[in-house]
Amino acid sequence: MAQSTFKMLNTEEQLAALKDIQKMMERSSRFLSLNGLSGIFVGLIALAGALAAYLYIGTKAGKLPYFEYAKNANGEMNISFVGFFLIDALSVLFASLLVATWLTLRKAKREGEKVWTASGRRLMFNMAIPLGSGGLFCMIMLFHGYAGMVAPVTLVFYGLALVNASKYTFEHIKFLGLVEIFLGLFAAIFINHGLLFWALGFGVAHMLYGIIAYFTFEKSN
Amino acid sequence: MAAKFNIDQLNKAFESRIRLGIMSVLMVNDQVDFTTMKELLDVTDGNLASHISALEKLEYVLVQKKFIGKKPNTVFEASKLGKAEFKVHLNALEKLLKS
Repeated sequence: MAQSTFKMLNTEEQLAALKDIQKMMERSSRFLSLNGLSGIFVGLIALAGALAAYLYIGTKAGKLPYFEYAKNANGEMNISFVGFFLIDALSVLFASLLVATWLTLRKAKREGEKVWTASGRRLMFNMAIPLGSGGLFCMIMLFHGYAGMVAPVTLVFYGLALVNASKYTFEHIKFLGLVEIFLGLFAAIFINHGLLFWALGFGVAHMLYGIIAYFTFEKSN
Repeated sequence: MAAKFNIDQLNKAFESRIRLGIMSVLMVNDQVDFTTMKELLDVTDGNLASHISALEKLEYVLVQKKFIGKKPNTVFEASKLGKAEFKVHLNALEKLLKS
């Protein structure tokens, strides 16, 4: 008797305590202010960037694989071609970072969370390592004239960065990472279609992931 | 026979919400500093300090006082004993709810 009375009085309290514990464990170890909308917008930006590149290549008459134009007939780097791609890629990168940062800050503010927390810093740091090394690796490949491998390598390194990041934010971001790695490897095999795989990975995959995340995980909360 | 649960396994040391919070954070993070812990739990300095020192006395939490430049930086860590005791407490909570 005494025991069951105790139980009745405390069940709700205990349940609240367990929920608190769970929430605290998650909040303290993972950065949860990312959101699906970022994925959708970043995907759109990437598609716009890929389209610009596609149109630019279209102006080059001939049937060579797109990256062959990175070299002139005499084997030297075609500065205007490589320059266009660099500017295009960097614009996509900065626009994406800007939009994603803005949406992240907005969500954090709405939920009364801080962004520059230990878990936020941990996420940044752990994404920066694979992304930074991938970026440098691409620059080195361009320098050596392997322009065709840039698209596959950006996909693979970005995928690895996401898989790594899944320990520090929403775990399901791992699946997006695996898709990017998979597309990157295919892009390396079918090297002439690098731009298409790049648009699929950074454009379509981001948007699909963003839509799924937005409507399944975020709407329910 | 009614489902058994052992009240003794619920540890009095973890009864306050703040102490539950402290232990939860320290179960999933190796080391957490004072300011981060304060912000996570949304408590005052004094409140956090008193609960930490209670857990420290029981040797559930290890406290390290460091300096970053001239600024003091206190870092908390759960001891092996603390982690084990907290797990027992969690299991007891879960069993209580199931029974």
